[in-house]
Amino acid sequence: MAQGKVAAIRSDLDIVIARTMARDTAKALGFGAIDQARIATAVSELARNIYLYAGTGSVSVREIERSGRKGIEIICEDQGPGISSIDLVMQDGYSTSRGMGMGLPGAKRLMDEFEIRSIEGQGTTITSRKWRT
Amino acid sequence: MESLRIPILKIENVLIASIQVALHDASAVQFKDDLLQRIYDTKARGLIVDLTAVDVVDSFIGRLISDIAAMAGLMGTRVVITGLQPAVAITLVELGLELPHVLTALNLEKGLAMLRRQVEESGDGAG
Repeated sequence: MAQGKVAAIRSDLDIVIARTMARDTAKALGFGAIDQARIATAVSELARNIYLYAGTGSVSVREIERSGRKGIEIICEDQGPGISSIDLVMQDGYSTSRGMGMGLPGAKRLMDEFEIRSIEGQGTTITSRKWRT
Repeated sequence: MESLRIPILKIENVLIASIQVALHDASAVQFKDDLLQRIYDTKARGLIVDLTAVDVVDSFIGRLISDIAAMAGLMGTRVVITGLQPAVAITLVELGLELPHVLTALNLEKGLAMLRRQVEESGDGAG
């Protein structure tokens, strides 16, 4: 478990594979059914973002520990166009594609910690964490 | 790639589709198209989409469910979504997707009863 797991995102099928991997990992780490659904749904949104905007990328999931608390860390990386305005994409309802504009702000609400690092023309890395209660 | 089709059953004037597999985006869009075509072909008055076995509804599937309800409604068919798991209902609201215009029922039996009442009230239940 310590080394974590990685899913490559190349097609819409990989979105399902990534969220199943995240759910299975969350379950193995002792997260309850509702947190498993939150984590799987957040990964679904983040993986779809990679697929829609960058085309390809990866989702990695691993166990983490901080001051005695255990949790799950999800890192989504792509080498796509990057995000020009992070403030804008974090607004509910903002979308440049056929989505509902709920993807990133929705995923943030489902997780405990959420950080976006993006460089235009180079790619985006989104790190999110959820702690076991 | 093989396409994954969701069976759509017809009982009297109601269509029932129960999603038993994890839908990827393309199969979800195929499902929507299949449902609308079956409504047109069968002239069904009601449609139940049962989500009892679905453990993730993300914004894409949430939007698709809203779209199915709106599109079937335009064709004169009532849609009821049944069997949402508690964890799915919680994540939908937290995501910001409350599906305000979609009728829902606890399970298939209650969904069917709801549709029967609605179709009777609209006075064309004989179809």
